[in-house]
Amino acid sequence: MSETGVIHDIGYQRYTGPRLGRGAAINALYVQGLRAAFGLGRSAKAKIFPWLVAAITLLVAVIIAAVKSQIPDFDFGYVDFDDTLSWLIIFFVAILSPALVSRDIRSGTLPLYFSRPLRAADYVIAKFLAMVTAVWLLLGVPQFIMFLGAAFTTKKGMSGVWNEVQDLVPGWTYSLLWALLFTSIGLLVASLTGKQAFAAGGIVAVFLMTTPVVGVLSVLPSSAANHMAGLASPMTLISGVGAWALGSDIGLDLGRYGPIYGIEAFCLIAACLLLLLARYRKVAAL
Amino acid sequence: MNIIATQALTKTYGGGVTALADLTVSVEPGVIGLVGANGAGKSTFIKIMLGLIAPSGGSVRIFDLDPVTQTDKVRARVGYMPENDCLPPDVSAAEFVTHLGRMSGLPRTAARERASEALRHVGLYEERYRQIGGYSTGMKQRVKLAQALVHDPDLLLLDEPTNGLDPAGREAMLALIHRIGTEFGISVVVCSHLLGEVERICDSLIAIQGGRLLRADRISSMTAASDVLAVEVSEGTDELAARLAEMGLPVTRDGRLLLVPLDSDAAYDRILHAVTALELNLHRLDQRRHRVAELFTTKETADV
Repeated sequence: MSETGVIHDIGYQRYTGPRLGRGAAINALYVQGLRAAFGLGRSAKAKIFPWLVAAITLLVAVIIAAVKSQIPDFDFGYVDFDDTLSWLIIFFVAILSPALVSRDIRSGTLPLYFSRPLRAADYVIAKFLAMVTAVWLLLGVPQFIMFLGAAFTTKKGMSGVWNEVQDLVPGWTYSLLWALLFTSIGLLVASLTGKQAFAAGGIVAVFLMTTPVVGVLSVLPSSAANHMAGLASPMTLISGVGAWALGSDIGLDLGRYGPIYGIEAFCLIAACLLLLLARYRKVAAL
Repeated sequence: MNIIATQALTKTYGGGVTALADLTVSVEPGVIGLVGANGAGKSTFIKIMLGLIAPSGGSVRIFDLDPVTQTDKVRARVGYMPENDCLPPDVSAAEFVTHLGRMSGLPRTAARERASEALRHVGLYEERYRQIGGYSTGMKQRVKLAQALVHDPDLLLLDEPTNGLDPAGREAMLALIHRIGTEFGISVVVCSHLLGEVERICDSLIAIQGGRLLRADRISSMTAASDVLAVEVSEGTDELAARLAEMGLPVTRDGRLLLVPLDSDAAYDRILHAVTALELNLHRLDQRRHRVAELFTTKETADV
């Protein structure tokens, strides 16, 4: 006889459903990281900063799009947009890569991850891609708004739209380069400490400390030193790569050293990723 | 079938520190106590079983799988509860356990359902949407247990599950572990440095010291042959001892007590006869179960 309103203890149920592999776990970790970067699934306090940054970038994009539609000669490209907002992006990376990485170190959650099928490399890849996507969205979406503004107000018909697309794609590529380099440096610094404030300070310091070096090198009485001055700081390094590969004007004369900028950017990203991997290999052994 | 089988398992860390030496055990399903002092090699043994570190010698098999080469298969069937604090303070228990369920390869909805179930089984159903930072130590231990349980493992490895709990919390945690081992059909390895605590809930015990196996056996066989009768009389203890010895009972003295091995029920009657014949006042006659700890102390002294 069963009565209504009585809760029956159905006991322990074994799980017979599907068990997905490591790929699904990496994907879940990636999505969680991307959401966390924008404060989704976290406290209201954690949402303030990323959405403030997003609002500023969007606002800037809307203003630029509006100005461009009124003044056709206004020359402000997609690449310039990235360069202008670089400090904002640095702060975004400095606040959010510790939230993605240092938090797990601080609360000691890593042994729970690494006692599951997930490997150190999987963890690093998922977090890295999440952060790269977050930074790229932060730049790419406003760039897309600028594109929409330009495409709808163009007076040259389809060819005008096509011209804008040809400008937008290098702009997006350039944003991806920013995202890759800033994320690798940010995550590497953040993975070294469990304290989010230290990590954030460390990341900003990397960018702050290297900027004066560029200034000093660029006024030395040697043209080679002047041309290669940008190599000293991640920010000017990316600008240099942009100038070399995309032909943008950054007010920094590279001379014939353009390829060196490209090589250094690639090596820097690869080195950061390898160090990050080595760091987590060590952590994964508990 | 053995769930854990090791052959001459050895782990030497760089710098010549030997954490495990020549450990050979085979463990049947059930609740298994892994006891040893701090630094005895318990955590190293667990890490090897999880495939986190490779043994330097010998072999280990979990469910007849090699944790070194078949890591994913082993980890999918094993749940691990670490000793240290491992919970982020700013998420809810439900969200955290769900996330770790997905890390174990459960699809999204299944992970959510299993997380609720696991939290219900550890007794945190009502509080599961609260942030973990506001939990008591006892509740945090339960969340740690729930995350180990979420992907329905066949074996749970619990590292010091009663750490930091008050006596009532310890009792509740031990009862829960016993329930998981008996009702859920999940084998459990309970690591502890407190023998008295785990011996009550375990089917078998593995005792290690300094990385070496001290003893591994079923609790029942450890205590079976060791039941004794304790006899206490007001005075005339010596006379009684002599009388019992005459009757062919091997008596040992333990302070005011006389200890007589209980080989059959007739021993009761024979002792009572002896006491009444000598007209002594019997204070106490009871069966005494050897605590497992005593077995280890005698074994240890024998080694020395």
